[in-house]
Amino acid sequence: MSNIGSYEERVKDFSWKTAEEELGYKEGEVINIGWHCTDRICKMGKAQKTALIWEGHGGEEKRYTFDDIRKATNTIGHYLKSIGIKSEDRVCLFMDKVPELYLGFLGVLKIGAIAQPLFSAFGDESLFVRLENAQTKAIITQRKHVGKVRKLLERTPFLEHIIIIDHDGLKPLKEREKAFDLEKAEWIDEFEIFPTKAESPSVLHYTSGTTGLPKGVKHVHYSIISQYLTAKWVLDLQDDDIYWCTADPGWVTGTSYGIIGAWSNGVTQCVLDAGFSADSWYKFIQKNKVTMWYSAPTAIRSLMKAGEELVKQYDLSSLRHLASVGEPLNAEAVIWSQRVFGKPFYDTYWQTETGSMMICNYPGMKVKPGSMGKVFPGVTGAVIDEKTFEPITEPNKPGLIGFRPGWPAMMRAYWNNEEIYKKKFANGWYLPGDKSTVDADGYYWFVGRDDDVINTAGHLVSPFEVESALLEHPAVAESAVVSKPDEVNMEVVKAFVTLKPGFEPDEDLELEIMNFIRKKLSPLAMPQEIEYLEKLPKTRSGKIMRRMLRAQEWGQDIGDTSTLDDE
Amino acid sequence: MDEMKDVVLKYVINEYLEDEDEVLTYDTPLISGGIVDSFSMVSLKRFLENKYKISIPDDKATPEAFDSVTKIVKLVNEFLK
Repeated sequence: MSNIGSYEERVKDFSWKTAEEELGYKEGEVINIGWHCTDRICKMGKAQKTALIWEGHGGEEKRYTFDDIRKATNTIGHYLKSIGIKSEDRVCLFMDKVPELYLGFLGVLKIGAIAQPLFSAFGDESLFVRLENAQTKAIITQRKHVGKVRKLLERTPFLEHIIIIDHDGLKPLKEREKAFDLEKAEWIDEFEIFPTKAESPSVLHYTSGTTGLPKGVKHVHYSIISQYLTAKWVLDLQDDDIYWCTADPGWVTGTSYGIIGAWSNGVTQCVLDAGFSADSWYKFIQKNKVTMWYSAPTAIRSLMKAGEELVKQYDLSSLRHLASVGEPLNAEAVIWSQRVFGKPFYDTYWQTETGSMMICNYPGMKVKPGSMGKVFPGVTGAVIDEKTFEPITEPNKPGLIGFRPGWPAMMRAYWNNEEIYKKKFANGWYLPGDKSTVDADGYYWFVGRDDDVINTAGHLVSPFEVESALLEHPAVAESAVVSKPDEVNMEVVKAFVTLKPGFEPDEDLELEIMNFIRKKLSPLAMPQEIEYLEKLPKTRSGKIMRRMLRAQEWGQDIGDTSTLDDE
Repeated sequence: MDEMKDVVLKYVINEYLEDEDEVLTYDTPLISGGIVDSFSMVSLKRFLENKYKISIPDDKATPEAFDSVTKIVKLVNEFLK
């Protein structure tokens, strides 16, 4: 029997009080994600239950019970307090998927500080703009990434502490650097948790828009209410599950469901901190007897490419339930999964700003391959007319996805950017920026983005950010960045550039520019193709017509070109 | 062969290795070892194609085929013949 039982019945009777009661929370009382994911689970009698099975490069393995993670998060919290970190200070977690990332996240929350997880593959410029925007006080990182932080010292006077978790003592620490070794530290058993309330800030995740700098999405401790319940009802997490969320906590899935969702439900989860290969993923599932697997369409399509014969070499019979998030899951992937694993991937739709799942396929509810599913009980959603911002009642007519604000994990602000935050709402609806249709049965079908943001492998890349970085390359005079279709990643970044006099458009320069962006921003933002143009298409007022370039890549009609400056 | 191994190893160290103290060998796992991610593999493939004037089909440019310098050199040699 699934946790949700009947979707229709849950919709009828829904109240967020269900989750509040199950988590033992009453309005106005203290609520702290760090405590709820560790101490509370121990108090429920699960102290000796395995909380985390971690595997690193080369097969190194570490295991932690819920009592271990309780003490480890106490220890990290205690250390941060000892160096002067206070409630609401921003603490950046800039690490690979090592245990300290997961434990550090909760340790930060336990002292009432704000966790700012950042993808460790970010280049120094991507790191800088996010640290500067948040005025981050401390960063916890690894030796292998500290070089990127050192490059920013002059520009980050606000960053008081650079905490290195694996300093080996072979080279001296530099300015503002501190060594903290969790395994060698004296673990703290008794620790006073900061009394955060429902609206106390908890997490700051960064996301990209079409224009402007990345935005810091502010979440609060009350978000655990919807993260707990969606993990229970949609991922169907049960007490004896071995759960694997493949997302990196540098992104919202990796925290909402790679940390909070699983541990607030007292479920054992495993983490593989190694690069992707179909072989190693199947081996990991077999070895750990994974029962619930939450992954992403890009990974699923990569597994499809690796072939069905490979699947047969492993015993994957432990798998009980599968789900997906990141970008729309194509019908072929759902059908493939049903054929090779004997069960479909259940697609889920949500984003950094929503903090928890919004439109989902549920255990027990018929899956229509290619559909995002139905709106989560307790959330009011609709397809909205783009001009009137009123709900469209006619089935299968495309419009903007809209949600009525009010679910617990809804973002509370963009950090220091009230103006952009307000623009996300119209006529009382929160607009995530995606278009869809809804059919007569209430199933949502993804149509596309409502802006120029590029969704590559489930991660949003701002064309503006890449264009700006391209202009810093000595050869580039002008740039325009759009998405182009990709079989595995759905979309990838493509750049069009004009060159400054004296530079020749050749393959070596293309590679040099690609690597320039990769190191400055991130591998995700690196254009996978660069096309040299004599001039970029522009309107007569000088605005680059990105729309035309995008249409060219997607084989679409280029539309109205009456404003094109073709002289 | 050894010359190509050194060229590729040097390129990987210069372009992808973040930890300056880490020692890379011809057989260090690059993809599964987290040194080169799947997106960055595109630039590594492009380097090999530019350098050795070859074209590596996408279905041959798998994480497994790019998982060490030794494997990469083996792959490149398939297309040089």
